[in-house]
Amino acid sequence: MTITSTEPTVAALWETLNDRVERGTRFAGLFAAERDGGITLVAHVAGPDGIDTLEAPLPPGATSYPALTPTIGAAFWYERVIHDQTGLIPEGHPRLAPLIAPGGRHDQTLPRHVAGYGVFTIPHGPVRSGVFESMEYLVETPGEAIPHLNMRIFYKHRGVAARFTGLSVGDGTLLAERTEGIASVAHALAYCHAVEEIAGCQVPAEAALLRVVHAELERIANHLDVAMRLADAAGLAVATARLALHKERVMRLVSQLCGSRFGRGVVVPGGVSRFPAAPPAQILATIGRLQQEVSADAGQLMGTSSFLDRLRGTGPLPGERAREHGALGPIGKASGYADDARAARPYDAYPRLRPQPVTEVSGGDAMARLQVRVEEITVAFRLIGLALEDFPERSRLTPRAPCDPVQGRATGWAEAPQGEVLYDVAIDGGRIALCQPRSASFHNLVLMHEVFAGDILTDFPFIEASFGLSVAGAAL
Amino acid sequence: MSIWPLRGLRDGIVTTRWPKRADDYADSWRGPVTVTSGVAAWDAAATDGAALESLCPTGAIEVIDLLRVDQGRCILCGRCVAARPDLFTWSAGATGPAAAAVARPALVVPGEPGTDETVAAVRAALAARTAALRRSVHVRHVDAGSDGSEEWEIQALLGPVYDVHRLGVFFTASPRHADVLLVTGAGTVGMTEPLRVTYDGMPDPKVVIAVGVDAISGGLLADRLTGVAGDVPVDVWVPGSPPSPFSILNALLIATGRLAAGERS
Repeated sequence: MTITSTEPTVAALWETLNDRVERGTRFAGLFAAERDGGITLVAHVAGPDGIDTLEAPLPPGATSYPALTPTIGAAFWYERVIHDQTGLIPEGHPRLAPLIAPGGRHDQTLPRHVAGYGVFTIPHGPVRSGVFESMEYLVETPGEAIPHLNMRIFYKHRGVAARFTGLSVGDGTLLAERTEGIASVAHALAYCHAVEEIAGCQVPAEAALLRVVHAELERIANHLDVAMRLADAAGLAVATARLALHKERVMRLVSQLCGSRFGRGVVVPGGVSRFPAAPPAQILATIGRLQQEVSADAGQLMGTSSFLDRLRGTGPLPGERAREHGALGPIGKASGYADDARAARPYDAYPRLRPQPVTEVSGGDAMARLQVRVEEITVAFRLIGLALEDFPERSRLTPRAPCDPVQGRATGWAEAPQGEVLYDVAIDGGRIALCQPRSASFHNLVLMHEVFAGDILTDFPFIEASFGLSVAGAAL
Repeated sequence: MSIWPLRGLRDGIVTTRWPKRADDYADSWRGPVTVTSGVAAWDAAATDGAALESLCPTGAIEVIDLLRVDQGRCILCGRCVAARPDLFTWSAGATGPAAAAVARPALVVPGEPGTDETVAAVRAALAARTAALRRSVHVRHVDAGSDGSEEWEIQALLGPVYDVHRLGVFFTASPRHADVLLVTGAGTVGMTEPLRVTYDGMPDPKVVIAVGVDAISGGLLADRLTGVAGDVPVDVWVPGSPPSPFSILNALLIATGRLAAGERS
């Protein structure tokens, strides 16, 4: 359930927000929406019953507002995006550099935040060695240590959020799948959950099961990708190849189920597009074989001491900071802060399957983040098994319920491999009036600023891989 | 003691034999939508062209005298195939001359009259240009605003299943060492200059491959971003959203004259 409440002024909104965050509610996002010729600030908080939306309109013609970042640090990047998109100045914001609007690129002087003898800036990106998404790291270093890191993600800003406006509900799903391509299923789910709530439609039980199967396969593929990149960074050639092989097998299984290697086209408003041709028993057998292979290699990886030595103590995020920021997904869990949407605000078939979030890991370093992912792979296999066993007879399958939202607004969510994905969707006259996606990548990426305590340049690839985020989802 | 080397032997050879032998996964790949064969004789006047065109969210369907699909715009949502299975069908197979085009108009099926001649000329010119690369090809990848999925598929080429090293294809960090530029993404404003600088940094002869519909036409973002062809001269066009690793590998071999890039029909 989502509750929308409107405050008269920004100051009142901040007061309510601060109050709720102090009482343990998680700050989940902040946006500026253009409405009725003016600008409204929209904040999301995640409580036990759902995602609540709090709003406050800005006075007409306002060019600034008091910044939220000084009290809620997690708003740091959100307010920079607001500045980029609307030109509004959040007064009191610590650093209002462009984040998603391509600024004066190729200004020859690089920004520097650390002064000291021999400190220089390494510009790393946007075109980087290897097959990576484009972004730029500005690494300030005296040679080995990394006292400051700056990130520029605007190279990849595609204007996805604005593109949603005016699309039909069905086309919105297609765009959601391409908002963060490696988490296509989770984005489609979060979007469809919002749309389904507006339409008041109930997804058929078997469609909800298939959604879980695809969401968990996506999680396995993503976590294998992270493990592969970590092994690659450590130069473990065989482990890298083995993990790449498993990931390929997962993606081939997904393509055999639905035609797309990323599970695209499966999730549609009201349910799923169709059911796989293969009988559940056959899929279960494939999954079983895959699980055995993956867990054998994962076990070997987690017992390779030369590899683990590179991860232990690397890129630590203190639990207190994770809680303060509301760190999502594996990054939060590795630091002892687990707010898993599948357990806290379950959707589709999760209320029935009852996944338990991984909570026994702590430490907050790259090692802990990998441990969480390995655990999540095990849980994901189990959930897929449970979901497939529950599948009814083929003749009795209903793929989708009618879903034709006309008017309304709702927030949908889903737990992507990177963490919680949010979609704030408003429908007017059967078309999308406003759609604001918020990926876990965006919310979490900013934390990379803080995790280089004591780490040096050679730890960089490990820390980056252990975050496992997508720039496409962050820059939108 | 590490037993990784033993583990590496567990599954035997998992690498595809393609292009020497056929590969089932490549052949069973569901490619972009095409017009069902035999529809050429179809009566355009008796059908509501606008209704057909409105089936496609990216405007890939075109009804002017003939029914055509622009595979450079097709994002494989399958809406047209579901609505009119008599007119539209999935193309089959990720490899072969039909899975990548050496000219943008060749992505429109069925082709305009005269396309074949143009394509043949372009193909000959491309083959002559890349003759010197022979069996050692170095590739540089640049993301110009992708959704992130194309990077996974390109990365897969380095894995054990596709293993491009066996074909003499290597990925390189420096554009100075690169022969082929793989470009993904819809061509964002922020990447225009880095892309151009990378291209300019490459020595001749060089080939540019646009990977995926986003790079070809902007895909769903086409109202603002229209692909990378305006920034760099694209030689080979790989449709798909995203294309499969086989499709990308196929394009790499076409670009370097190691597979004939035939006409599309």
